[in-house]
Parts: sequence; structure tokens; C-alpha cells
Amino acid sequence: MLKRIDVLLCFGSGCVSAGAKKIKEELQNQVKAYDIDSEVNIIETGCMGPCDQGPLMLVYPEGVFYKQLKPEDMKEVVEEHFVKGRVVERLLMRDESVAAKAIRNVEDVPFYQNQTKIALKHCGYLDPESLEEYVAVDGYSALGKVLEQMSPDDVIKQIQVSGLRGRGGGGFPTHLKWKFAKAAKSDDGKKYMICNGDEGDPGAFMDRSLLEGDPHKVLEGMMIAAYAVGACEGFFYIRAEYPLAIQRIKLAIENAKEYGLLGDNILGSDFCFDVEVRTGAGAFVCGEETALISSIEGKRGHPKPKPPFPANKGLWGKPTNINNVETFANVPPIILKGGEWFASMGTQKSKGTKVFALTGDVKNTGLVEVPMGITIGELIGKVGGGMSSGQFKAVQLGGPSGGCLTKQHWDVPIDYDSLIAEGAMMGSGGVIVMNHEKCMVNVAKFFLEFSLEESCGKCSPCRVGLKHMHNILEKITAGKGTMEDITELEKIGSVVKKTSLCGLGQTAPNPVLSTLKYFRNEYEEHIKEKKCSSLVCADLLHFEINKDKCVGCSLCAKKCPTGCIEGSKKEKFTILQGECVKCGNCLEVCPVGAVAKLPGILSEDEE
Amino acid sequence: MKSLADLKKLKEEVQKKMNLRNSDYKYKIVVGMGTSGIAMGAREVMRAFLDEISKRDVAGVIVTQSGEKGASSMEPVVDVLEKDGKVVTYCQMSAEKAKRVVSEHIVNGNVISEYLI
Repeated sequence: MLKRIDVLLCFGSGCVSAGAKKIKEELQNQVKAYDIDSEVNIIETGCMGPCDQGPLMLVYPEGVFYKQLKPEDMKEVVEEHFVKGRVVERLLMRDESVAAKAIRNVEDVPFYQNQTKIALKHCGYLDPESLEEYVAVDGYSALGKVLEQMSPDDVIKQIQVSGLRGRGGGGFPTHLKWKFAKAAKSDDGKKYMICNGDEGDPGAFMDRSLLEGDPHKVLEGMMIAAYAVGACEGFFYIRAEYPLAIQRIKLAIENAKEYGLLGDNILGSDFCFDVEVRTGAGAFVCGEETALISSIEGKRGHPKPKPPFPANKGLWGKPTNINNVETFANVPPIILKGGEWFASMGTQKSKGTKVFALTGDVKNTGLVEVPMGITIGELIGKVGGGMSSGQFKAVQLGGPSGGCLTKQHWDVPIDYDSLIAEGAMMGSGGVIVMNHEKCMVNVAKFFLEFSLEESCGKCSPCRVGLKHMHNILEKITAGKGTMEDITELEKIGSVVKKTSLCGLGQTAPNPVLSTLKYFRNEYEEHIKEKKCSSLVCADLLHFEINKDKCVGCSLCAKKCPTGCIEGSKKEKFTILQGECVKCGNCLEVCPVGAVAKLPGILSEDEE
Repeated sequence: MKSLADLKKLKEEVQKKMNLRNSDYKYKIVVGMGTSGIAMGAREVMRAFLDEISKRDVAGVIVTQSGEKGASSMEPVVDVLEKDGKVVTYCQMSAEKAKRVVSEHIVNGNVISEYLI
């Protein structure tokens, strides 16, 4: 029977962990209870974007957007909205700028208004498990156009006109990669196409969301690339930590095979292409193309020196082209709408849009897609809706390979070249916004620790250099650093960058070097004053009880794990600094707020 | 799928089912489902519309609901909207009348003047 309501339930990983599955179950029960189950379509979609508002539900034809749903809300939604046609106001998004006015239509949600969606266009709108729905929104039409009207050179030309650059972080012009792979000679004619879905930056989930939300688009982009370079076999390399993405892409491949969109003589042409999925064990270095190729070959994921580049000698020694998930997702729209259309967005050298995973101390966290060239201030202030708490201090772009930028960079446009000039990098699109409570030395240590653990150990600059840098940072955050340590950090950092074999080592010092550049005073404060003003480094802060406020209840003393709080009702209580482990229990339990967390170390004689 | 023509055919077929989401319609039928509407049989009217449109496999029609319209004595009230904004309002509807609206108005484009408000 004809349906009168399409309910789109966000089944991105964020909403699923917030309880989307239970919501769906209860929704199904309720529509059954009201006997309208034959009138309602319930569709699971990929990530809708505003992850902090999940679980999310979008109801068509009205375009009503419900947020922060609980299973018990379903009865009201079904009875009021689906049966009686009255939108449930209390579950709507609100526009904080207009006296918290309820927003009735998804198109009016401010979060979406500053975005331009190309790669994510249908993510959160389509059922990712339905090839048919993808076809209904022009899916595989770009492939059809390419096979019918365009030569491989025409395709590469369009990509060149579009100015598309690799979205995995490096920003290498996509058309050049394709041109090299096309020109490369293969002894037996075999060439390979690889989709790099080994997204590993902490806090980044762009590729995962695309693979989960619109897998056919990525597949179609990959097929067009394969046609352009003359590859007949492809591999999706996706990390095993992304089970849903793997499941969806496998289903997409299976369905495409059933429809004859993969295999021999696709759509009646001479083009033959087949694709398989390989799962990675989650080693960060396998995002590097030569390491990734080794991993697919069944070898240890070690990078190799370049040249030879994969375009000439890649998978099993054959010419191979590797592109990132998001790069492929941009290909079908470019083919359909033309390279000029894509090139009309963005800056001189960075065209189109970029997907970012916005996280940290910002109001609207989630998945966003914005035109290249948007300033850092616009991304955080407008799309992100400003700070969720505290004052803006820094933004970390590009994950463990990127750097921290500050308030002074508010007007810096986000494009490949401007970011590198400022000491950060585009990376794959992780954006972590930090407020004044974050200690930058500690942040640098965190990212370095990540790179250190993920270093494959093949080359010594990365293996030994990062370890040494990490030791120095441990020293500084423990209050044992010297001013020479800063010079040493800079020296080792620049050597590691220059001499490491692959991208991991070449970029791993960036978080340290960029914080040294913009937050040098914090390093100096840690070293000279033995103080961490942000109150993060445990060794550089202390707790104190204000005797004027203390009521002598002894609760802190009872909760202290080391028994270092002494006193009585009459004398009030005191912390013996030497034995304190800075667990913060006393601060938490004090009923009158007499305990304070303060920067600096209090020596025992000062007590 | 063997050719581009097959792909186009599939596209057109599926697009019919996705009208609700892209708000691409020729006719939009809005059934008033306030308390009085429901009491007067709006649900049966809604069902009749859905049934009849599926049976006749009419493309480009979406059926949806709205709240109370404030014309209690006229319930069930149904608006038929065209994409260009033209609206026709039928009142005191029943399942039988709904079937006739589909066959005469939706399929053949003739407004049934005797049902108008």
C-alpha cells in the first residue's frame, strides 16, 4: 500500500550508541498498536550530522526533525504526529538566537544552513542498504554517463577541471594520480584500484560516516576512477573497528553484483570491474598507501620508500591507484554536474567542500561539510555554534599529524595550503576545539603518545625520535623539565620530520612543534614556575583546604585514599602535601566548597 | 541491468516510492486529523485514499495529515494541493467519496464541485 509517512531514523554510530535501536523497536510497536504500520515507512539512514543531539528522527513529507529521543517518546510521536497530525513541539530543535523558537522544518536548522553538502548530500536521507534508493537520486547515472559518452581521458580532464585534491590529508591532485596510473604500463595488463578507508585519527569519523551512510556513492566513484585508469579489480581497505561500514559496503557490493553493476560488461559496455573488501587490524600506519598495499598483500603493514610510487609499482607490483573514501564520494557529482561546477566552490587552489568531524568544546559537535576556504572562526562560531563551555583557546586540525592553531588564526581560511603555512594541516578532517581548561603541553603529549604507539618501528627517526620526544614531554609535565629540553624537542622534531620514511613520522612531531610555536609560554611555565595554569598536569598542581570555610566534618579525611588529610572539628582539616596523590576526592565530597585545586606545587615547608 | 535504459527504468520506478521525501508531487492530499476529524471518520478516509491510489498505481501523489482545521461541522475535511499552490478543499468526506476524488480529480483532473466546502 502507498505510504503516507517516511520516518528516517539516524543509524550512524553515534545515534546507535545513544539508543537508536531501542527507539526503532518501540516505534515499530507503537505504529502497530495504532494500526498504521502499513502506512508508515521506517528507514534506517546514515549519519545526519548533529551527533550531540542524537538519537535523531526525520519525518517526511513535513521534514520535521526530532532530537534526543527516548523510547518512551514514541507513543506521543505516533499518537500526536502520525495519527493526529500535530507536531510534538517539545522534541524539536530550538533556535537559540530567536528566544529558543522551535524549528519545524529540517531545512531551517541553523546547523545545516552554513553547510554545503556534496559528498554527504544523501547521507542521512537515503536507506544505505538500498541500491534502489541510491539509483532514485541519480545513483550510477554518472557511471552510465562515463561509460556511454566519455573516454578515460575525458574523465581525467573533468577531474582536472574540478581541481579535486585527495581528501585523506595529503591534498595531492586527484587527476594527476589517475593520469600516472593510466600511463603506467603493466606487463600483464592488470591494474588495481584501492579505496583507503583506514581512517585512524582520534576523533575523526568522516570516512566511516560516508561508508555507513552512502556506500554506493563511494563505490560508484571508485568504479569511475577504475574506468579512467584502466583497472579491472578493486579493494576496499577498511579498518576492522568499523563493523557497520564493512557490513554496509559489503552489502552494497553484493547488490551491485546482483544488478549487474559490478562484473563483466557493465551496463552493456566493455568495462569490467570487480571489487573486494579487506579489513585492516587497526594499525594507524596502514593508512599510509605503501603500508596499506603491504597489508592487502598479506604482509606486515610496513611503509616502503617512494619511488617507486604505487601508480607504477603498487599492489603485487602492478600499477595501482589509491584514493580516500571522501575523494571517491566527490567523483559522481563532478561527473554529473561538470568540473566547473565543483571548481566554482572553494579557494584558488582548494576546490569544492570538505567534510569535518567537529568535536571538543563546541556546541554543535558532529559531522559537517563546508566549502573550502571557510575561516576557522566561521567553522567554530557559525557551523559549530560557538563554544559549549569556557573560552576558546585552541583548535587542533589534522589529528596526530596536524597542529594546534589559536585565536590569532580565527580568520585563516581552511584550505590545504593556508593550513600548512600556519603549521597545521588539513589531515583527513578531524577538528578538535579546546577551551581554556586544556593544557597544551598535555595535548601535545597525548597526540605524540598516539603516534609513538602507532609507529611501525621500521625507521629509527620515527621509532627512537618520537620516544625521546615523549620522554622529554613526560619530564616537563612532571615538573622536571629544563629550558634545554625545549631546544632539544625542536631539534629532534625537525630531524624526525626530515628523515622519517613515511607520512607518519614526517608529520608526527607537528602537534609538539605547533604548540611550541603558539603556546611556548605554557611550556616555559611548566619548566620555570613548575605550574600548570590549566590545572591538568597532576604533578604541577595541589589541593588546599581553606580553614575559614572548613566546617570540620571530616568527610574529606574519610574519603582520602592515602590518609593524608588530618585535623579535627575544632582545628579544621589540612592536607599533607607530600603524601597527596591528587585524586581530587576531597574536592568532590566537600559539602561547603572549602577545598580548592590550585596551580603550582606547594613544598612541604610552606604547609 | 544490461543497459543505461534499464538503469533509467529502475530510477523512475523507485522515485515514485520516494515522493514523500523529496516533496516532489503533482497532488498532495492533506487529511484533517484533529479530534473531531477522527471522530467523524477521517481515518477511514485516509485509508481509502491510500488504498485507492495504490490500487490504481497513480504516480506523483502524496497523502499526508494535518491537525484540526477548525471546521468541525464539515469534518472530515480534505485539502488537495497542486504543486503550483492551487488548493481545493472537500468536506464531509467518506471512504466512498475519497475513492471518487481519486478517480475523477486525481486521475482525470476534474474537481468534484458537489463535495466542495
